[in-house]
Amino acid sequence: MPFRETFWNIPHWAEIGQYILGLLTILVFAYGVFRRVKRWRMGQPEKRFDQIGKRLWSVLVDAFGQARTAQDAYAGIMHLTIFWGMVALFIGTALATVDWDVTHLFFGFQFLINGAYILYELILDIFGVLLLVGLGMAVYRRYFIRPPRLQPATAWQNALAQNVDRDDAYALVMLTLITLSGYFVEGLRIAVSKPEWSPWSPVGNALASWFIVTGDPTNRTLHLTLWTIHILVAFILIASIPFTKLFHILAAPLNIFFRSMQPAGTLIPARNDDQVGVKEWRDFTWKQLLDFEACVRCGRCQDACPAFASGASLSPRNFIISLKTHLWDTSSGHRLHGDVISSKELWACTSCRACVQVCPIFVDHLASIVDMRRYLVNEGEIDALLQKTLANLGRYGNSFGQSERLRVKWTQPIQAVIKDARKEAVEYLWFVGDYASYHVMFSDITRKTAQVFQKADLDFGILYDAERNTGNDVRRVGEEGLYESLVEKNAAVMSKCKYNTIVTTDPHTYNTLKNEYPANGNNHPVLHYTELLDQLIAAGKLQINKKLNYKVTYHDPCYLGRYNGIYDAPRRIIRALGCELTEMPRHGDRAFCCGAGGGKIWMEEQPEVKERPAESRVREAAGIPGVSTLVTTCPKDLVMFCDAVKTAGLEGKILVKDLIELVDEAM
Amino acid sequence: MMNQDIYVVIEHLRGKTADISYLMLAGARALAQATGGEVIAVLLGHNAQSLANNMAADKVLYVEHPALAEFTSDAYQRTLAGLIAGKEPRAVLFASSSIGTDAASVLSARLKLPLISSCQSFSADGRPICQICGGKIMAESDLPDTTTLLTMTPGGYKPEEGQSGKAPDVIKVEAPSLDNLRVTLKQYIEPEAGDVDISKEPIIVSVGRGIQNQDNIEIAEELARALGGVVAASRPVVDQGWMSTSRLVGKSGKKVKPKIYLALGISGAPEHVEGMGESEVIIAINTDTNAPIFNVAKYGTTVDLFDLVPALTEKLREVKKV
Amino acid sequence: MNVVALFKLVPDLVEELEIDQSGTALNTDFLRLIINELDDHAIEQAILLKERSGARMTVIGSDAEGADDVLYTAVAKGADQLIKLMGDPNAVINNHAMARATAIVLKELQPDLILTGVQAHNDLDGSIGPLVAEYLGMPYVGYVSGVNVQNGRIVVRKEYPGGLIAEMEVDLPAVVGIQSAEQPPRYVTVNKVRQAMKTAAIEERPLPALDVSGGAAIRRMFKPESATRAKMIEGSTEEVTARLLDIFKEIGAL
Ligand SMILES: Cc1cc2nc3c(=O)[nH]c(=O)nc-3n(C[C@H](O)[C@H](O)[C@H](O)COP(=O)(O)OP(=O)(O)OC[C@H]3O[C@@H](n4cnc5c(N)ncnc54)[C@H](O)[C@@H]3O)c2cc1C
Ligand code: SF4
Ligand code: SF4
Repeated sequence: MPFRETFWNIPHWAEIGQYILGLLTILVFAYGVFRRVKRWRMGQPEKRFDQIGKRLWSVLVDAFGQARTAQDAYAGIMHLTIFWGMVALFIGTALATVDWDVTHLFFGFQFLINGAYILYELILDIFGVLLLVGLGMAVYRRYFIRPPRLQPATAWQNALAQNVDRDDAYALVMLTLITLSGYFVEGLRIAVSKPEWSPWSPVGNALASWFIVTGDPTNRTLHLTLWTIHILVAFILIASIPFTKLFHILAAPLNIFFRSMQPAGTLIPARNDDQVGVKEWRDFTWKQLLDFEACVRCGRCQDACPAFASGASLSPRNFIISLKTHLWDTSSGHRLHGDVISSKELWACTSCRACVQVCPIFVDHLASIVDMRRYLVNEGEIDALLQKTLANLGRYGNSFGQSERLRVKWTQPIQAVIKDARKEAVEYLWFVGDYASYHVMFSDITRKTAQVFQKADLDFGILYDAERNTGNDVRRVGEEGLYESLVEKNAAVMSKCKYNTIVTTDPHTYNTLKNEYPANGNNHPVLHYTELLDQLIAAGKLQINKKLNYKVTYHDPCYLGRYNGIYDAPRRIIRALGCELTEMPRHGDRAFCCGAGGGKIWMEEQPEVKERPAESRVREAAGIPGVSTLVTTCPKDLVMFCDAVKTAGLEGKILVKDLIELVDEAM
Repeated sequence: MMNQDIYVVIEHLRGKTADISYLMLAGARALAQATGGEVIAVLLGHNAQSLANNMAADKVLYVEHPALAEFTSDAYQRTLAGLIAGKEPRAVLFASSSIGTDAASVLSARLKLPLISSCQSFSADGRPICQICGGKIMAESDLPDTTTLLTMTPGGYKPEEGQSGKAPDVIKVEAPSLDNLRVTLKQYIEPEAGDVDISKEPIIVSVGRGIQNQDNIEIAEELARALGGVVAASRPVVDQGWMSTSRLVGKSGKKVKPKIYLALGISGAPEHVEGMGESEVIIAINTDTNAPIFNVAKYGTTVDLFDLVPALTEKLREVKKV
Repeated sequence: MNVVALFKLVPDLVEELEIDQSGTALNTDFLRLIINELDDHAIEQAILLKERSGARMTVIGSDAEGADDVLYTAVAKGADQLIKLMGDPNAVINNHAMARATAIVLKELQPDLILTGVQAHNDLDGSIGPLVAEYLGMPYVGYVSGVNVQNGRIVVRKEYPGGLIAEMEVDLPAVVGIQSAEQPPRYVTVNKVRQAMKTAAIEERPLPALDVSGGAAIRRMFKPESATRAKMIEGSTEEVTARLLDIFKEIGAL
């Protein structure tokens, strides 16, 4: 009868010793966890206990299912094999222990017998192999391929952070040791006891054949020695979890459980206490501290980050690692601002959200960046251009520093009058936005938008000189008070207007109106113009008379795509116009930011920047054979890309157009 | 009794007469024609009498005193207060500058005389025409019936009209006691060597993509040298590495407000205009008649820059040599 | 040490300026006021002095739309005392009148140092700083871009064209006309200004009687011909060159 004597060849003292060691391990482990939790609780309060059902589901999908981890093939396979290998072996060990020391000891029966036992052995052997494959892949990648995203930052400001490398290596060494020693223990057991079912443990069996030569007493001694090593490594590994990188086993699911359940476009408001923004690490909320602690340093965020790619000093990965290190750094006296995180890093961020989108454990880099920016803004530590722009926004309600009356200058050449939504009821209230209203490059496009609306017989109106910048990017710059005052002004006018739906030109405007104005009383639906046109085309209300036949590619604006999940409407319109759409390598939720967002378009350029994100993007578009036009649906994109086409020397190779220009042409 | 003469307070710094002084002499001549008086230069200095030689003035009043060697407000005010009160001219012109404005307002209050500032020119009947509100508004005022102080800005007259080959008569005037001055000059600090700060330069020759390549920048540099200015650039030029970032004008660069901004082959994108739109006089050279730069420029021409710039440089050199 | 910063509000050039029916003044219907940029620098310089040498800092301006904002912003930056001079809003006013009236108020405050912008774009009868200086019998230095207190006097950096700087020593009390502060005026957040509105008090003082003598009598105002489009210089390269040379001379560049 196939079965296993779990403590075969193990003297009684060793068996007892193992339990004592186990108890000790649990104590150390518990202390480690307690120490971490205590640190998180030193942060500010934040409510993250709502929607428990959704949260648990997310843990299931994203922590156990590792949905995001799997999106990167190599790393996905690597991590899944290690993860499931470890889980299986852990469960296997637990089962064997229960089988022997609980059911057998107290109730005199074993369940790991016969077929079940054979299956058990086979499965464990296979998972062990998987685990080794995963570990091998990890070692190969980290130490031979050496992708940049896993490399230490050149400028670790903190000696503690240098431990990061050792920590990474430690996890791999320990996991490899535990697996290999387990196999050898099995092999030696089989070599001595030679059970007839040994072929079901293929790896153990193969190893056993090596030990035929050494013979019995030696093998028993070897077995006991390796078993002791195996047990010791296992307990050290478990005890060290809360002190090493392995802590992510706990922290990652926790972080996923506590992640923000708000729409991506809703920024967490500035906390209103004496401290504006984050000055010291204790000013972060406990959830932000958990973010830093949970990070596994996988570097995906860094790979996705346009600021990093441009050569700016920001890497979201290094940002998080530095913060985590700082959290435990009690001796160096480093200040959070300046020593740990430079203002340059903070101002490099375009708020594109690519980092947040790819992080397998849902770290919210942006929330922490904005919170730290809030502190800088409060201290007046902003560059001259941004300062001027904020002053303009405060005084004139637009970032251009122009008179409110010029907001509708673009309407002058239009024959048909556009309704004043303040004076008459309209179905659609059109929020034009700053760039579409004031930027000379865009006025023609804005006129075309009006024409398209008019041709579609849309009942729409605008707020004329009463419209203000909606404050999306003001908020992300960290000037919460100015944001609020802009919201107040807009809300005051809007509350006096009669309309059903808001439609916007600018995705930034769209984002805050849709996701942040509801907290300030807007309960009307908000549509981006692409959504509206898509609806109109579907309903047959927008007549397309001409097939355009252009070969185009489409850039997803961050605030339309990643922030609000609108990927299909613009693509459907492009196809409806008869254009052939070829995707860029980076598209959809991986679209590469143009570099304008988060107030970047209002800031001085950082001298470190080697290739502006917009240049990288137009090169990507121009690199697609046959594509003549880069289509976008955001005024800031248009401005950035038109400029980049010039600076990248791509004039004549690629045209940049707003989708509305194509629609207008086809009507 | 007030006479009809027009006095011009000559401005000089470290042994050199400022251009604005000649410009004022030209303006004073125009005003003197209306009032029927003489043009009289007032020169305060120490061993500075020779500066008077090329002034197109009927007379020069020269006040000699060691404390007047270099400008300090207190010494100038005291000297001029006595002189003006004693002579009672029709008008006294000061430069609207670091020197003239320090003296003019104080004297207006001290002598209880009216003051008109930012005067650019005079009407035929002698009324001052002033430019205010960043050049957006012109204001014409009456010339009050008492001795009137005026500060003058450039734009109405040319400096060479205030110069003459014939040295005017110089009349020495006794300096008042200049002890116990409340303001004293400690030292001059030279502008830092190294790269220029374009935001402080009064004349800028700025190049855009119309310049085509790095080698061509040389012709702009020569023009700048001939004009006594510095070169700057739009972003594409800086991006190419043809000029250092410190020379970038615009949104991502420096904001400049020079007296003259010469834009060579710059289209006038809003991001560029943001940095130079407030320049006093913008002159645009661009082959495209529709380039938006012409909407902010005061003067424009569509002549090819490669023809115009070398020709202009040569002419400037000739003029300077004379 | 008592430091006072004076400011005045001037028409915001972002808005189109109109001339009123009399033809001698700006149409105030569309006028929007903004702090004179250089006065903002004067406030900044005063704050820097306060931070450096612990001066007590007062900001004074006369009542007009936007004056409260300027005052509260100054407090948010660090000013100690705010004074608003209340007068007849329709009174004809010029710099001479303003300077005389302000000098009366200033006398009571006994300031050691008065800072103000060296000029404003709508000055037609000199600038406030030197007028105030003379009415108070204090010395004046203008075009200054840095002030330091040293042994009971101040050392200022006076700017000349071409970046030349003259370091001048001035007896106190004195008036200084600021061309630019040592650093650009700082940004204060909307929340800080709102906070200041709740906590700071603006002292309102009557504006002493106005005496406009010493100013200019405007006969007419007009806009210079087309400021929106360049005057195009046509002709051959030679002709254009010659015309440009003339223009350089007119501007005074040669
Ligand atoms: C966020 C952002 C910030 C920016 N910041 C800045 C900034 O700080 N500064 C800046 O300058 N730009 C900035 N830009 C770029 C700006 O939008 C324009 O792309 C840039 O100013 C154009 O430079 P240009 O006029 O030299 O080139 P172009 O627009 O290509 O103009 C070249 C001009 O030269 C003329 N030309 C060609 N040949 C000749 C000839 N032989 N003789 C005479 N004329 C000729 C052409 O008619 C054309 O008008 C920024 C853009 C963005 C999006
Ligand atoms: S939001 Fe975008 S720019 Fe900012 S850190 Fe993340 S990836 Fe980088
Ligand atoms: S923050 Fe997320 S994506 Fe970035 S390194 Fe850490 S775990 Fe990876």
